[in-house]
Amino acid sequence: MFTLTVNGLKRQVDVVPEMPLLWVLRDELGITSPKYGCGIAQCGACTVQIDGVAVRSCQARMADVASKTITTLEAVGNGKLHPVQEAWIEHQVPQCGYCQAGQIIQAIALLETIPEPTDEDINEVMSGNLCRCGTYERIRVAIHAAAKKMGGQ
Amino acid sequence: MGERPRLSRRHFVFGSVAVAGGVAFGQFAQAQQAPSSTASANPLTAELGPNSVTFNPWVEISPERITLIAQHADKGQGVGSIQPLMIAEELDVEPGQFDIRFAGPSPAYFNTGFAHELAPFMAPDQSPEAEKARAAALEWLRKAGLQMTGGSSAIPDTFDKLRMAGAVARETLKVAAARRSGVATADLRTEAGNVILPDGTKIPYVALSAEAAKITPVADVKLREPSQWRFIGKPMERLDIRPKVTGEMKFGIDRKMDGMVYAAVKLNPNKGQPITSYDASQAQAMPGVKKILKISNGIAVIATNSWYAMQAAERVDCTWEPSKYPAEQADHWNVVASSFAPQFLGKEWRNDGEIDVGLQDGILVEAEYRAPYVGHQPLEPLNGIGIVTDKGMEIWAGHQTPQSVQYIAATAIGMKPEQVTFHNEWMGGSFGHRLEFENIRVLAEVANQLRGTPVKLVFSREQDFLQDIPRQIAMGRYRGSVKDGRIIAADVQVAATTPFKELLARMGTPSSDPDGQLAVGIWNVYYDIPNYRATSFEVQGLSPSTTWRSVGASANGFFTESFIDELIHAAGLDPLMARIQMCKIPIYRKLLEAVGEMADWKGPLGNGKGRGVAFVESFGTAVAEIVDVTMTERGIKIDKVWVAADVGKVVDPVNFENLVQGGVVWGLGHAMNCELTYAKGAVQQTNYHHHEAMRMYQCPTIEVRGLENDYTVRGIGEPPVPPAAPALANAIFAATGKRLREMPFNKFIDFV
Repeated sequence: MFTLTVNGLKRQVDVVPEMPLLWVLRDELGITSPKYGCGIAQCGACTVQIDGVAVRSCQARMADVASKTITTLEAVGNGKLHPVQEAWIEHQVPQCGYCQAGQIIQAIALLETIPEPTDEDINEVMSGNLCRCGTYERIRVAIHAAAKKMGGQ
Repeated sequence: MGERPRLSRRHFVFGSVAVAGGVAFGQFAQAQQAPSSTASANPLTAELGPNSVTFNPWVEISPERITLIAQHADKGQGVGSIQPLMIAEELDVEPGQFDIRFAGPSPAYFNTGFAHELAPFMAPDQSPEAEKARAAALEWLRKAGLQMTGGSSAIPDTFDKLRMAGAVARETLKVAAARRSGVATADLRTEAGNVILPDGTKIPYVALSAEAAKITPVADVKLREPSQWRFIGKPMERLDIRPKVTGEMKFGIDRKMDGMVYAAVKLNPNKGQPITSYDASQAQAMPGVKKILKISNGIAVIATNSWYAMQAAERVDCTWEPSKYPAEQADHWNVVASSFAPQFLGKEWRNDGEIDVGLQDGILVEAEYRAPYVGHQPLEPLNGIGIVTDKGMEIWAGHQTPQSVQYIAATAIGMKPEQVTFHNEWMGGSFGHRLEFENIRVLAEVANQLRGTPVKLVFSREQDFLQDIPRQIAMGRYRGSVKDGRIIAADVQVAATTPFKELLARMGTPSSDPDGQLAVGIWNVYYDIPNYRATSFEVQGLSPSTTWRSVGASANGFFTESFIDELIHAAGLDPLMARIQMCKIPIYRKLLEAVGEMADWKGPLGNGKGRGVAFVESFGTAVAEIVDVTMTERGIKIDKVWVAADVGKVVDPVNFENLVQGGVVWGLGHAMNCELTYAKGAVQQTNYHHHEAMRMYQCPTIEVRGLENDYTVRGIGEPPVPPAAPALANAIFAATGKRLREMPFNKFIDFV
């Protein structure tokens, strides 16, 4: 039995130690914004925050994240929209939307490290997040817009 | 229009079955139409609650809520939003005032948008005989009752009928309000879900549902003038954007049900072949495993979650029946190369002038092109939930052809299609993948062995790759000649597997007609070339293939627009100016001029930079693209892309831009670095590191302009794809002098 904190709530799960956090969240806890895309850290759709750091949850073993604090897209805005989410809506980034939870979590991580990123910074940090619909340019524009919003706060 | 376009047409006999039915959809009508159901019956009537009303198959109002039905499935292209908004335009309801539900299977939702594609006339042809053929095609579609999302047809299909659905509902609600209030209908108006009386009193639509149900829907309604539109043509927020940005959106893979078990599969990678034997002793003992089942082409592990099931499935030791197609990729190419022969003739689609005479005159140019198998691989893997009881089967999955889901599932477990209830889901992409049925068939087989228990099936990414029925493999053999600075002949031959014909066969509606998709990109070519012949050959005995975003044109468009570029070069002309001068259709010429203006085309760039242009019409929509590249020390860098597309009317402008950009990314990315290859009968690429397409760092800025010169409204999901690959190849030629005649290009040149 493992205990972990997800989106502010303490949760208990009875799974094998090597089970990836992604599947614990999705199948055991019913938190579905982290998506299964590849299972091998090639697509980034499963990205969540573990103790505030953006991590591919398909690569995080349950035994290694027990006792840590997990935040998924459902809770990144603390009850309201995060500025990155606002920018995503204003620029209408998603098409199918399946990759976007991972994109947004990754973009938040980028802006926390580099508050005013250049296109090159964005390309470097965001290139691990695959979007099969091809929304990359809108993601870039939305990240710049979010940077302005966050700088203004 | 100043000049009359000269257009050739596919040979056909008007009045024969071949006009519409035979050309593309085979025997669909005869095979699938249930005798009791007709396109005129409203499927919403059967499950209508008390005091509720439905005016037509798209609008339902109960005392509690207004529900608008999206008949086209949403795989990310935004039709889950624009369909209800087109109804709302006339119904006078606002976003937030209605629920959206995807349509269940019904011939009432037959796709009128295929009429243009079915009629054997080129898209710009407005001649009376073309219009007559389209009308005949429409009637055939009505009889066939085929409900399908695909072929970039959602907007052409629904633009009139959904506005009409909204208008009929609105006018009927006004009659109900008139009866209640005693005020004449003419004195009533509607706004934001209310009928409004002259004194300002508002009667909510939901309060009129019971009375409206007693009134025959008002048929005589007039659609509003474009100047009155509140949504159409204006920037609007897609209704699914917010839930997709907050994580609330539930895709098929996110659904859960009480008492549900989880299934994962290991299937024969020799596509279409059965399993011979298996040893599950290791897998049986793994955590969470409940059961291991044999199905026709593999095994399924039933477990307490998807991950346990996937882990155990990989550990089942299976022996497979070998493939019927060649085991090794080189032999696939050999078969394609040997298919340019009379016995494999699909059709000679065009034969203008005298091709042999034309080829003997002037300077001969010859080239051979290749397009490999490619995967669809939407990010949401194939999945579905199913429950089988003695009465029938119920399925929840994202799919583009609801009636075929019924047919495939029923056939797999010995039931009748009408015993299968299907609920469509929001899809995490498709690109043609969710027109196929592997997950549906497997789900039916598994759930049938666990009757009474809901089963959630999720394919691992690796299984999804291995079972992905790819884009057709294709080769083009092109000959042409130039003389006195002019292209005087082009003999265009394509040999390919048959994506659409094979899909139809798997749907249970085989067609013996040539695959019309192999004509796209070789037949509908609008340049003034006096001697022009276009022929398709249909390759037999290879891997199954299917529709991949833009289908035939994804390969043929690359071949033809690369070859036109080679001819233009041989003639010593400017690639854009020559295309403009040769283009026979005035509105398409405007499109080429527009993209040239956007890119400020002034001829060669020099300094290691290159610029390429391509122009392809597919699914009726003409798209011209210009790509700029730079040859750097680390390889080719794509600097910028400009796109002009003419859709007659841009209905949802923000989403239009997004879809065009995405189509360009799709076309460029797969041309750069994607192919599926076979070894020992199985596809060698099993995850995204083998089949990456475009990532953020390679994505250029993509500038988009929507033109509205076309005489009818067109779709945009697929048409931006075909010009992307040839525009890139032509740009690379301009920058380096190197012609890329085979995709993926990274076999021959590096990209930054």
